[in-house]
Amino acid sequence: MTGFEDPSHVTRYASRRLRMKGILRTPIAEDEVRALKAGDVIYVSGLLFTARDEAHKVLLERGEPFPLEGLALFHCGPVVRKRGDGWEVIAAGPTTSMRMESLEPEFLRRFKPRVIVGKGGMGEETLAALSEVGAVYCHFTGGAGALAAQRIKGVREVHHLEELGIPEAVWVFEVERFGPLVVAMDAHGRSLYAEVGAAVETNLEKVLARTKEG
Amino acid sequence: MREGEDFLPITHHLLHVTEMKNELIEGLKEALRRAATVLPADVVRALEAARDREEGPARVQLEAILENVALAREKGVPICQDTGTQTFFVRVGTKFPYLDELREAIPEAVRRATEEVPLRPNTVHPFTRKNPGDNTGRFIPYITWELVPGDSAEIHLLPKGGGSENCCKLVLLTPAKGIPGVKRAVVEHIAACRGLPCPPTVVGVGIGGGADLSLKLGKLALLRPVGTRHPEPEVAALEEELAGMINALGVGPMGLGGKTTVLAVHIEYAHRHPASFPLGIVVQCWADRRAHVLISPKGEISVTGDA
Repeated sequence: MTGFEDPSHVTRYASRRLRMKGILRTPIAEDEVRALKAGDVIYVSGLLFTARDEAHKVLLERGEPFPLEGLALFHCGPVVRKRGDGWEVIAAGPTTSMRMESLEPEFLRRFKPRVIVGKGGMGEETLAALSEVGAVYCHFTGGAGALAAQRIKGVREVHHLEELGIPEAVWVFEVERFGPLVVAMDAHGRSLYAEVGAAVETNLEKVLARTKEG
Repeated sequence: MREGEDFLPITHHLLHVTEMKNELIEGLKEALRRAATVLPADVVRALEAARDREEGPARVQLEAILENVALAREKGVPICQDTGTQTFFVRVGTKFPYLDELREAIPEAVRRATEEVPLRPNTVHPFTRKNPGDNTGRFIPYITWELVPGDSAEIHLLPKGGGSENCCKLVLLTPAKGIPGVKRAVVEHIAACRGLPCPPTVVGVGIGGGADLSLKLGKLALLRPVGTRHPEPEVAALEEELAGMINALGVGPMGLGGKTTVLAVHIEYAHRHPASFPLGIVVQCWADRRAHVLISPKGEISVTGDA
């Protein structure tokens, strides 16, 4: 197979040495996340709560159901199944985070979750709020729903289930070594998405220049 | 002729038909389960090769993907929470004896699989937003019927996730742009998609035909095992060249940067109208889920994960 041998056209991020930063346990302190840099790999143990766009709106309107400071926020609509009195999580991969962009800065300022987990990255306003509040945005592998479910050890509680339905409700999961999570936007204004995006633009020009339209 | 003499064979026939329909439902349900939970070996091999050449965040993504694939297989749970739109490509022999049964079995198998695997209910009415909850609806499951000579049937299943489907594109090129225009349009589009379709992806490119046919060809191209080349050398060469160009972009796994943006590019083509040059770009996420079913004229059903 061709196309993998030309490192000059590959972004430098892939070849950077990985910094494995170990496991963060909730509640996570502000200085713990300020010590992280874009490109680091972390895991989270403790409490992780889900919130998609509808849940963001409800929590901003009515306040937090319990203290969210120091917890991890997961952009996720899980597949869950009732089992006895409790719930079983079947698959829980991340959803596209950009849908929450208009709500996230205020959410961060008010509730101070320290780690956001999602996929695809977020915009400049969230990036600024991460620096201001002291939080990081982490990328969890898109589609890895079975892996995520395996790291969820139990459902602690669920909020707004009746009103929002299963995928949109606020699920509070007890997690162990949830990850791997790549710190993709840090509390120092760096975004891997923005950097990779700029590199891709440059590479695209080079690739197209080599194969001029005939 | 005594009364009832011809009644008996009819009962037998009906019984046989009912049994055949049930067997088809069960066989297709197993194929749906297999597609949702077991990633085809050719895709796993391509992902492993990608992991071996990557470093840093890109490698972390591929390791997580492969761990996820192994877990899903071992536990029999869906690989991804988006279990996709159930899509069937049926090549049926003109003398295949169970056409009615097959036609009825497909939606029923989808209903049962939704309940039993389980699959996420993914069919929403565009006007009322109502979801029937069983993965069926108007035109869904989506079935493409192709008549071929013979007396057996062959079915390809392609449960396609929403994230990558949102990255499909139709381009109506000016014929003068030709194949160089195809290269530019495909590479620019995949660059613009970044991490959205969950790369490393498999890209199906349909060239020619008409607007609808070019996209259909792109989807048909995905039915081939990953990395197999088109039999015509000219087409095969373009597949290799496009994969190389795209992988030089550095989008990488999940758009976090890296050498592997596509696992493969597959191309199919049709003759085009002199004034048109349609290009259908179909993007499939790393979870390139497929299954393959063969039904013999005797009613024997075989299900495999590989095409």
